[in-house]
Amino acid sequence: MEEKQKTGKLLEVKDLHVSFFTPAGEVKAVGGISYDLNYDEVMGIVGESGSGKSVEAYSIIGLLQSPGKVVGGSITLEGEDVLAKSKSEMIELRGNKVAMIFQNPMTCLNPVYTIGNQLIEALKAHDKQVSKEEAAKRAMEMLELVGINNVEKRMKQYPHELSGGMRQRVMIAMGLICHPQLLIADEPTTALDVTIQAQILELMKELQKKTHMGIIFITHNLGVVAEICDKVSVMYAGKMVEQGPVDDIFYKPGHPYTMGLLRSMPRVDAESYERLIPIEGTPVDMLNPPEGCPFAPRCEYAMKICLQKMPPYVELGDNHRAACWLRVQDQLNQQKQDKTADTSKEVSDHE
Amino acid sequence: MAKYVLKRVLMAVLTLLIVTCLTFLLMNAIPGNPWLSEKTPTQATIDALNEKYGLDKPVIVQLGLYLEDLLHGDFGVSIKMQKDRPVLDIITSMFPVSATIGVIAILWAILVGVPLGCLAAYKRGTWVDSLLRVICTIGISMPGFVVATILLYLLAGGIPDWKIFPTIFVGTWQSYILPCAALGFYPMCYLSRQTRTAMLDSINQEYIKTARAKGLKNRKIVFKHALRNALIPVITYLGPQIAFTLCGGFVVETVFSIPGLGRYFVQSIQNRDYPLIMGTTIFLAAFIIVMNLLVDLLYKLVDPRINLSKGGN
Repeated sequence: MEEKQKTGKLLEVKDLHVSFFTPAGEVKAVGGISYDLNYDEVMGIVGESGSGKSVEAYSIIGLLQSPGKVVGGSITLEGEDVLAKSKSEMIELRGNKVAMIFQNPMTCLNPVYTIGNQLIEALKAHDKQVSKEEAAKRAMEMLELVGINNVEKRMKQYPHELSGGMRQRVMIAMGLICHPQLLIADEPTTALDVTIQAQILELMKELQKKTHMGIIFITHNLGVVAEICDKVSVMYAGKMVEQGPVDDIFYKPGHPYTMGLLRSMPRVDAESYERLIPIEGTPVDMLNPPEGCPFAPRCEYAMKICLQKMPPYVELGDNHRAACWLRVQDQLNQQKQDKTADTSKEVSDHE
Repeated sequence: MAKYVLKRVLMAVLTLLIVTCLTFLLMNAIPGNPWLSEKTPTQATIDALNEKYGLDKPVIVQLGLYLEDLLHGDFGVSIKMQKDRPVLDIITSMFPVSATIGVIAILWAILVGVPLGCLAAYKRGTWVDSLLRVICTIGISMPGFVVATILLYLLAGGIPDWKIFPTIFVGTWQSYILPCAALGFYPMCYLSRQTRTAMLDSINQEYIKTARAKGLKNRKIVFKHALRNALIPVITYLGPQIAFTLCGGFVVETVFSIPGLGRYFVQSIQNRDYPLIMGTTIFLAAFIIVMNLLVDLLYKLVDPRINLSKGGN
């Protein structure tokens, strides 16, 4: 299982635009997002339903369903342009270099085939030479790796004979059987009980350490992010509003939306009478997105400019940036202060 | 499994008993009697005939006697259509003809209908789908005798110098083709529509997304993952349909003058040939029950989630 460790950039997404061409008009589900992911790194993508986080991930693996289309930007995986690949090259890529696991393990396994059949199939899709016995052996090793006991029996069982947590383990085993470089996990713990969630997260962390693969972890649960991710991207209405190392996002959030998300999360150390603070308003109508910052209509700090122009990214620290006019203002104030400090220094130097 | 089958067989016997009693009572409730025809016999003759075939007794007594005979495997004799020929003999000699045509008809309906349904689902929204929709709607809504007549006209002499198939059934292989085509057209269209719906349903399931994410080829996704799940509703429809088709389409047998069982269903009622009505009805009912049982057992093969031992019906 131990692979020779690669370092550096695994995935680079630049200014990605994805649109859905519906009868009612074009819906810009993803409107220009960029990020990098290194080998051996876990990135969380956080956002509410409809923020484009899944759509963005599906375009990496080429699973966008019609009428969705990538309309701009680039996706580079291990130096190769993913968007330029042909259909058959994409089939070769899926499951082999990039694997994906989904939200609901209850419906993601085909009910009429055994676990073994579905695992072996995933391996055989990319390794045509592998013999039946060898494939079965590999499948059983994978099941053991994801913490399933009694593997020989499990191989012959059908999905409905396993619990939800067990099925998600099978899904993970199936994803990892070809040793992918990148694993995209689309809300893999959302449909599970809290205790099982913790186990699955623990397992993913452990496997990630063993395999050194990159993981994109899509979730709306910030607790999960804190548990597993190295860095976080916060998405709102198809835009990446803030991006940064996990500690910065939690302790020094730069965007009002991130702050809102953090406030609406239950905390263990909170007093019992404290209420959670929801983010007021409703998500944007993606058919008619507002001009300017999409979050402005719900933002308590909104200024005039927020409703007119999309803010640029402002660097807040090492690899930490946010797109908010407040931060632009901060930056300008800072520069002014620096300048006055400089001038006063100059003045004092002069004297 | 054995327990389940046993339970089902007991249920079947009970169902058959109810069918038999109901048919017997309803049949006797129809006005008229077997002896009415152009030349109405004298009352004395009718009395004598009634006495000979036991029709002079009260209906309940007749039913009891019939059930007793049935337990001995005796279906009685035809009293009108083929006078004094045992009903069982009529069924066993007529059924093979109907069944042969029925089997061929249902086979082509499955072999063509299911793939066409897959094709329509796969090409949803294109002209292929629209064309198939038109054909199938015609097939489902057009009565069998119209299909048979059109076929006869086009391929068996309606167009001058263009007679490929015989007009009436003479037992050669050519004479099987038109009846089978006419009989199988409706189930083919119905199956195709049903397969399309089931395929569209299963192709939108999440396990198809998983299969795609695994990097499987399209062919494998459609035929391995989608089709097997789509077959479940299709099998449900097939059970009773096979029974009906094998027992002979009345219309098709009449149009092509086929000496099959189908016309006995209808004509025995018109003729008030009581034992023959009973015999054919019980035969069809038993056949449908058996097919339904087979279908339920087949479910288990296709869908492992089905557990027959726990309240299986």
